[in-house]
Parts: sequence; C-alpha cells; structure tokens
Amino acid sequence: MSDTTVRHRSPMAAPRSFVWSRRIFLTLLAGFVLLPVFVMVSSSLKPLQDVQGEFRWIPSGLTIRPYVDIWSTVPLAKYFTNSVIVAGAATVCSVIIAVFAAYAVSRYRFRGKRVFTVTVLSTQMLPGILFLLPLFLIYVNIGNATGIALFGSRGGLILTYMTFTLPFSIWMLIGYFESVPRDLDEAALVDGCGPLGALFRIIVPAAIPGIVAVAVYSFMTAWGEVLFASVMTNETTRTLSVGLGAYANLNDVYWNQIMAASLVVSVPVVAGFLLLQRYLVTGLTAGAVK
Amino acid sequence: MTTTATSPAEAGEGRAVGKKTPGAARGKSRRPGRIRRIGLPYLLLLPALVLELLVHLIPMVMGIVMSFRELTQFYIRDWGSAPWSGFDNFKIAVDFDAPVGQALLHSFFVTVLFTVLSVGLCWAIGTAAAIYMQETFKGRGILRALFLIPYALPVYAAVITWVFMFQHDNGLVNHVLHDQLGVTDKPSFWLIGDNSFYALLTVSVWKGWPFAFLIVMAGLQNIPKEMYEAAALDGAGLWQQLRRITLPSLRPVNQVLVLVLFLWTFNDFNTPYVMFGKAAPKAADLISVHIYQSSFVTWNFGTGSAMSVLLLLFLLVVTGVYLALTSRGRKTADV
Repeated sequence: MSDTTVRHRSPMAAPRSFVWSRRIFLTLLAGFVLLPVFVMVSSSLKPLQDVQGEFRWIPSGLTIRPYVDIWSTVPLAKYFTNSVIVAGAATVCSVIIAVFAAYAVSRYRFRGKRVFTVTVLSTQMLPGILFLLPLFLIYVNIGNATGIALFGSRGGLILTYMTFTLPFSIWMLIGYFESVPRDLDEAALVDGCGPLGALFRIIVPAAIPGIVAVAVYSFMTAWGEVLFASVMTNETTRTLSVGLGAYANLNDVYWNQIMAASLVVSVPVVAGFLLLQRYLVTGLTAGAVK
Repeated sequence: MTTTATSPAEAGEGRAVGKKTPGAARGKSRRPGRIRRIGLPYLLLLPALVLELLVHLIPMVMGIVMSFRELTQFYIRDWGSAPWSGFDNFKIAVDFDAPVGQALLHSFFVTVLFTVLSVGLCWAIGTAAAIYMQETFKGRGILRALFLIPYALPVYAAVITWVFMFQHDNGLVNHVLHDQLGVTDKPSFWLIGDNSFYALLTVSVWKGWPFAFLIVMAGLQNIPKEMYEAAALDGAGLWQQLRRITLPSLRPVNQVLVLVLFLWTFNDFNTPYVMFGKAAPKAADLISVHIYQSSFVTWNFGTGSAMSVLLLLFLLVVTGVYLALTSRGRKTADV
C-alpha cells in the first residue's frame, strides 16, 4: 500500500527467471489464501441443498436467505452485542493503561524498569491453559466472597482480555514513544506542562499511528479469543467466538448460514485491519523489529 | 533525535542523560522534583502492574500451588481445603506406563511435530513472499493486503470455513481430490483419524504465515538499499545478494520471529478447539486441548495443573536454550 515508504531493492531490472518464479509463487499463494474466502462468500449465498450435497464451485442459484435466517437460528445479535461490548471495552481500557505504562518506561528512569519490561513480556510466552484454571477459581471465589460477578460476566472477560493484550501493546507503544523526539515533550515540560500534559498534548498526538495499531491489535485479539470465552461465559454473556459454534451443534448443520454468519462477524475486523494495516506494519517496525 | 537513531542500548543511556537536563534548566528546587520523578513512573505503571498481577502472575503461582494438591471437583468451591498431595499429580502425569501419562506423552510428541512443521512452513512461506515482494511491481499493494486476510480473520470464522471445506460429503477438499482430480479412490475423512493432523497443519500454516510475512517485510525495510547497489556493482547476482545480504540482515528479526511463532503455535488452543471441539482425534491431540480436556471434562484440576506446569517448564527450557544458542556473541537487550 505505502510503496513510497518502502526502500526498493536494486534499481536494475530483475532477470526474467526471477519475475517468472515470483509470478508462479505469488499466484499459488494467493490461491491458497483466497480459497477459504471464496468458499465463505460463495457458500453464504447458496441455497441449502447446494451446501448439503456435493460441493459446487458455481452455485445453482443465489439467495440472501442465509443472511436473513442467521439472526433467528441462534441468538446471533446477542452474541454480536456481547462481542462488541467486550472487545470494545477491553480495547479502550488496555490502550489507556498501555499508554501510561509505555510513557513511564520510555521517558523515566526508575528502579525495577528492566524487571518490569522483562516480566511483562515474558507473560506472553506462558500457555493460556496455565492461567485458565486458577483464573477460573479466582473469579469464582471473588464472586463468592464479594458478590462481584466476574465469572460468567462480561466484566470478567473484559478484565482478562485487556490484560492479555497489555504486554504486546506496551512493547509496541514504547517503540513508538521512543521515536517521538524527546525535545518536544521536554520543551512542553519547560513551558509548564505537567507530565500528563506533555503526554496527552505532545506524545500521544505524535504517536497516533502506534496507538491505532495497538487498538486494532487489542480489538482483534479480544474479538477472536476462544479459550477463555468458552469457559468464562454463560448463555447470556456468550460472545461470537463461542456462539458461532452453536450452529454446528444443531441437528441440521446449515452450512450456508454458518458461512454467512462467519462473514458477518469477520467483516468488521477485516475491514478495520485492512484500512489500518499500514499503521500496524509501521508499528511492528518501530516496536518489534529493533 | 540523534539518540533514537543509535542502537537501543545506547539510546537507553542517552535517555537518562536527556531526562536530567530539563529539570536543571527549569531551576526549580531539586528535592520535590526528585520525589515526583521517582513516584510518578510507578504511579503510571500501577494499573498495568495490578492487572498483570491479578490475571497473569497470581494465577501462575496459584497454578503451581494447585499442581501439588488433590484438586478434584469436590474442592472447587473452596480450593484452599483441598489436601496436599506432594508430587502425586506429577507422578500421574509422567507415569508413561499408565494411560494418563501415555496419552500426555503422545500429545506432547504430536505437538512437537506439529509445531516444528508449522513454524518451518510459516517461516519459509512468509520469508519467500516478503522477499519476492521486496521490489515494487504492479498490484503489490493489493496483494499485500490480500495476504494479510488470514491474519485479520477471527480464528473461529476462518477455522469453521476450513472445517466446512474438510467435510467428508459436501466439502471442497474431497470434491477436488476425489471427484475432480481422482487422487484418492474414495472420499477421505479429514477431521477424524490420521488425516486430521494434516488438516490441522494446513489450517495452522494458512493462518500463521502472514504474521511471518508481516515481520520479515518490516525487517527488510531496514536493509539499506546501498548494500544491494554495492553488491550489484561487485557483480553479485540475485541469489548471492539474497544469501550474503538479505538473510544475514534478517537474523535478528528471525531470532525473535521464530521464537514467537514457536510459542504461539505450541500453545495454540483456538485452532484445534474450533476444529475438533472438546475431543480432538488422537493424531491431532495438541497439548493445550489435551490439558483442557483433562481438567474441565474430567474436573481434575490438580493433574491438569501439573501438566500445565510441566508444559511451562518445557517452554522455559526451550526458550532459554534457544536464546543462549542464537544470541551467542550478540547482546539480547530487546528480547
């Protein structure tokens, strides 16, 4: 997309053999990538008999019935709302907390800084299954002791997801903040801005691409997580990641509806991601690839 | 600005020095400034710290404690009263003559094989695609966006689509392999039996390679164009440029990338869970789902925790050895 920002390789024309191998490789790869997308889109527009019988490349007819039916076969709208609330709240909270933490790490020298960054980052490598059981018990016990329902509620899921995305978000934002010239916020401090003033008036506006990238990453993670959603939700708080499985448990598997529902839940994140992928790529360059 | 352009280690020093100047320039009394300066970073970190403690660190410690207790369904309400059982849970988990241990060992080997193949393929495809797309050509931007679709799609939506494609009677894969190409004499089962391993691997690679592509692409942008120009002047061909410039320059990026891919793939729960549900076929019984099943289906949290702790130890050892091996003679300041 952003061809201008990319440094190009040798200015000489590439040899023909290279161009041909590139053409073949990229075509095959594009086919592999697009095959499920094609199946998803085409099947979602097929009448039921097309998806129950032998697979057809070309539908016998096109219908938008699946898109109408998905909302009544399972409570998809409810799952959708739950997912929007959970992913949205987790994203907002996680980004704000990560901004503060990254500001502290990038602009201040303090005891335990290295311990903090290493510990936070290393939580990324821990298997999710290791926390699942204890977290499940913690939430149940907090609920029993205080009456705050974390288990089975959206709140518990929001809390979990915002923590999941924190380490990577902090890491990426540190990279971004480091690339904002220090002179700018130091000048603001000299002019009488408080530290928070310098953060929100100078650094945050300058690092908007990074913050957008982090927000996209957090939202995608929360929108797609399955393990904790499968254990920590109940019938009323179920999110899409678990709810979509409800179709497959019905006596008749309506594959055209499943594909339609998959497409509907994918469109918001894929569209958002593709619109903002440029920021994500630069974010990774700034944060991860150092 | 000049400090940020230097290496990370040096930038760290520069930051500390740069930080002191404005305070001195402001000419305020030093003590209150000092206290604020010391307290503020901790205050800023506090929310992140609390969350990390609540959701990551405390549960981790609890998980380790739980692995030493006999924590069955009877003690869930009040897990503190579960009796201590010493290393019993671990003994059950690693008793490879008994069914539980055997199943765990099998699941472990399946996961190792799966991870090695998946990471290898993801890395190879991602790197090849990034290198092929290093130079501009017509349609590159569109192709790049398109390649990122598997990464952007929610796991369950993508995996469910693959499940549909792998269906025995009405799936695309059997339709192409059996009906159209005639490679197999009868339609195969892809989601049960031995084939499920390849089905899982396909989905995992499809889903995972764009991340490698993204990272390698970012890494390639940091290679100065002049290096290629100089090499071209010296008569180095494309292949030599690739071997002498591109791949060595990507080493630091690859070090992190391969580790991250390894950890994500090894711990992956989403893909196998959406594909196979709670009971994965033996050939595709990845360790996360295996532990999940051992804990939540049989409600035996003690043994499940012991398995998780063993998994954690294994990952720690592998990561440690990996970092020691790959960063010999190189500072790993940012890993």
